Order: sequence, then structure tokens, then C-alpha cells
Amino acid sequence: MGYGRRLVLRDVSIGIQRGTWTAVVGPNGAGKSTLLRALAGLTVPRAGEVQLEDQPLQHWSRRARGQRLAWLAQAVPASELTAYTVVALGRLAHGHWFSQETSRDRAIIERVMRATGSLDYADRRLSTLSGGERQRVHLARMLAVEAGVLVLDEPTTHLDPPHQEDIVRLLRSQAHGCGVTVLSAIHDLSLALAADQLIVLGAAGLIGQGTVAEVLERDWLSIAFGEAVSVVQVDGQYVWRPRLGESRT
Amino acid sequence: MSAPPIAFITKATPMRFGRWLLVGGAICIILLLIGLLIGTTGIVRSLTELRHPDSEALVVFWQIRLPRSLGAWCAGALLGLAGCIAQGVFRNPLAEPYLLGTASGAALGVALCLLSLDGVAFGIAWLGALGVTGAACVGAAGAIALTLALSRGVVQTASLLLAGVVVAFLLSAITSLLLLTKPDIWLSMQSFLLGSTALIGWFAVLLLFAVLCVALAVAIALAKGLDALTLGEDTAQSLGLSLPMLRLAFLGLVAVTTATVVGQCGVIGFVGLVAPHLVRQLFELDHRRLLLGSALSGGMLLQAADLLSRWLLQPAELPVGAVTACLGGSYLIVLLWRRNRDN
Repeated sequence: MGYGRRLVLRDVSIGIQRGTWTAVVGPNGAGKSTLLRALAGLTVPRAGEVQLEDQPLQHWSRRARGQRLAWLAQAVPASELTAYTVVALGRLAHGHWFSQETSRDRAIIERVMRATGSLDYADRRLSTLSGGERQRVHLARMLAVEAGVLVLDEPTTHLDPPHQEDIVRLLRSQAHGCGVTVLSAIHDLSLALAADQLIVLGAAGLIGQGTVAEVLERDWLSIAFGEAVSVVQVDGQYVWRPRLGESRT
Repeated sequence: MSAPPIAFITKATPMRFGRWLLVGGAICIILLLIGLLIGTTGIVRSLTELRHPDSEALVVFWQIRLPRSLGAWCAGALLGLAGCIAQGVFRNPLAEPYLLGTASGAALGVALCLLSLDGVAFGIAWLGALGVTGAACVGAAGAIALTLALSRGVVQTASLLLAGVVVAFLLSAITSLLLLTKPDIWLSMQSFLLGSTALIGWFAVLLLFAVLCVALAVAIALAKGLDALTLGEDTAQSLGLSLPMLRLAFLGLVAVTTATVVGQCGVIGFVGLVAPHLVRQLFELDHRRLLLGSALSGGMLLQAADLLSRWLLQPAELPVGAVTACLGGSYLIVLLWRRNRDN
């Protein structure tokens, strides 16, 4: 996979299970976004293919793919639309050009806006909302698709820690509670370690895919980042620990 | 505490917007009536003539002032619509209808037409005024084709913008070179380059109105695509939209609408740029309503500019393009100043 003449990622073979949350981790420039874009069908790989429900992604019609796979970009431009209108766009693949919102659409929009806590500012312009509020609206837009697969590129960047926590909790409940397959790149290692599965990318490409326990056991994170990464367990939860007190080895 | 019912939230804006549409429509009708009164003769004389019309006055009202006012509205509405579409497709608030090179292409077409008229003395009879409009349309269409060919289709908006700028400069340069030795034609070109609503007849009104109806219907039907594009091209694609098809449809609309207007009224600037901003300042709107509002405010703007151009230097007339540039330009300055102050 790559852009123009630049090859970003090669020899990637992964399988993702339904109803799990998989986090893609790795250093900057390892190709996390490229991988996610390919999996979402936004970039066509130079060789090989991506399959969705055992069918090559290219064989799905735009509409059918749009109904089954929802995408959240890393940086979404600040739209002048109201939050409600943006969320309603999530229903685009389910309706036709001329069709009006059905009562079912409206019920879904209300439900996802309530679930993401964005209902209070439904009639405000996106450009007047804070970063955290805006991200909730985009998440709601994504959930409104009612897709079986959610692909998110860095959904927690630029958010303060409590908001990051909310979003991770929401993603996890989507995977475990609703049987949705969630796939996301996450910069914050502590948040990524809360996922079911990790895909670890290093500078030279895919290092491996496995559960958090497997990844830690094989120390893939240290290989990916090129230096020792220290992870500790606090109250049954893995936490990345910055080693500021020690000299680097 | 329970959240307010969703129906309440979504209905709030459209109701205010509906009222605004009504008020805007009423203003347009008033402007139209005033348009009947203002001409090279004074308002008082127009009023008395309207009460006791003689045959000459009737011709002035029916064949000159009414089609001119109606045509100005239609042309303005088309420009407003095209501007709104262009700003949506290019996701750039400074985009305007002429950015595909239509204006320069039309100017070149007109220049060539006038040159051929100049060369063949007896050709004036059959080429006439229709020849100029036709040449402007053909020139505009040619410029768009050239822009699309340069940018190799509609895949990349950035290269499309760049190609539009290049084509505009190139064609303007060719026009200037052609007219270098013909100062008299250069002078008569000026009224075209500054835009003029003076020559709109009933045929032009019908043409402008028909194009407006079709373009508005198509644009509103595809408006959700523009909404989706505000979230970025990737997101729009992930929502199941085909970006190339969408761009092709919208740029086709921009091309047809601007070519029609340029053919009938010359290059009238700023209406397409300002009209969408006028509506956006007032409401939080999705593109369905924004397109409708832009068309209405564009029509209103050009109607008002047309009136001013007739009235300010009575009995002489200002080029309407100069008036729109002054009105639109000062509005944009106010907008910028307010934005800087608020930040």
C-alpha cells in the first residue's frame, strides 16, 4: 500500500473478528492511517485485497459498503452545518437522493445523539462547538450508519483525558454490547491497551496481531517503538508508564 | 431530566428560514415594481405614464423595463446558485462561479465575434446581437472544456482550481493580444466585461428562467452530497457517495448556469461570491435551503444593483457589474472586519 511512488506498508495479513475492538498501534509514520484507509476502502492496495464478510471490498456496491462500514477521519473539517444535520448524514446510505428523513431515521439519530451525549447541542453549528463536543457529533454520525464495522483514525487525539475515556468506553460498549467490529488507531498506549486485540506496526511494517496479553508477552511494543516500553498492571488494567526517572537504555 | 423531543430541534430553523424566504420574495416583487418606474425618464413622468399609458410608454414598460428587471433577477439567482455550488464543491468560501475560466472564455468568444464582424462589414445583419450571446456561450463552454482537460477530469479539486486559474489568465491574455490593434472593439468589449442587464429581452428572460428552474431542481436533489462534502472527501466517500460523479454533476451545473448568464449579461462579478455568504450569515442551514436562499438573495442583489445602476447617474447608466462589485466588495469587507473583531 502506498501513495504515489512511496510504499508505506507491505505484506500485511490480518483478520479481524466480529464483535471485538481492535486497536492499531505503532510509531508515527508506521502506516496506521494507511492501513485503516485501505481497510475502509478509501485507498486501494497496490497488491492483495481487503475482504468484508468474506467478499472483496471492491465487489460491494458503494451503497452496500456505506451501510456496512463507517469511517471516522482523523481530522474532520469544521463544518458550518448543525450537529443534527451532520448526524443525519450518517443515514445517507440508507435512503435515496430524494427521500426525506423517515421516522425510523429520526429515532436512530436521536438515540445515537443521546448515547454520545451530543443531543444538547443538536441545533448548533459544528464550527461553534469545542473539539470534544465536535468529536461526539462525529461519533454519533458514525453510529447513525448502524454499520457492522466501525473504522476510526485516532478518535481520541486533541481531547482531554475524561473525553478520551468516554470515547473508549463507547467504542468498547459498541463492540461488546452490540456485536459491532471496531477498528481504531490510537496514539495513547494506555487507551490502546484497553482493546481486545492489538495490531502492532513498526517502522518496517506489521510486527504482529494478538491479544493485549500476547503482545505484552512478546514485547512487540518495544520492538515497534525501537526502545523499551514499560507497561504495568494497575487494578487489572494495563497502563503505559513513562520512565522519566530512569536513564534510557 | 429528559432531553427535548428531536422534532422541536429540527423545526426551529426551517420556520425562520421560511419566513425569510417570504420576506425576500416580497422584496423582490417590490424591487420589480420599482424597476418599472426607473429608467432614463424620471420617476414622476413614469408614474403619470403608467396611469395614462400611450403606445410608446407601453413599449418601454413591456419590452424594455419588465424583461430587464425579471432577467436581472433570474441572472442574479443563477449566479447565486452557481456560487453556492462552487463553494460547496471546492469546500472554499471564496470560490465563485467563474473559477472554471468561464468569464475569460466568454470574453474571448465575444472578442472573436466582434473581430469577425469588423472584418466582414455586411456580416452584422445576420450575426447581430444573437451572435454575441452565442459566441459568449461557446467561449465559456470551451474554457470549461479546456480546464477539465488540463486537470484531467474532476478527480482532484486542487488541480481543477489551478487549471481554472491558468485557463482564465491564458484566455484573457489572448483576448488582450487580439484587441491590441482594435481600440474601438476594446471599448465596446468593456460593457461586456463589466456586465450589463440593459439588453435583456423576453427571449433571454425565458432562457434564464428555464435554466434556473432546471439547475435549481437538480442542485436541490443532490444537495445532500454538498452537505457530506463539508465533512471532507474521505467521509463523503465513506457515506456511499461517488465523488467523481458528484463533482461532475455539480461542475456541470456551474458551467451551464454561468455560461448562460455570461452569454446574456456579460461578466457580472461578486454576486455569486456574496449571495451564499449573505444567507450563511443569517441561518444555520443544510445545502438544500442554502441553495434556495442563495438563489433568492442573488436575484435580489442583482435586481437592486440593476436599479442602482439605472438610477444613480440618471439619465446615464452605470455598468451593473461595477455596481455589484462595489456592493459585494463592501459587504465582504464588513464581513471580514466583523470576523476579525469577533476573534
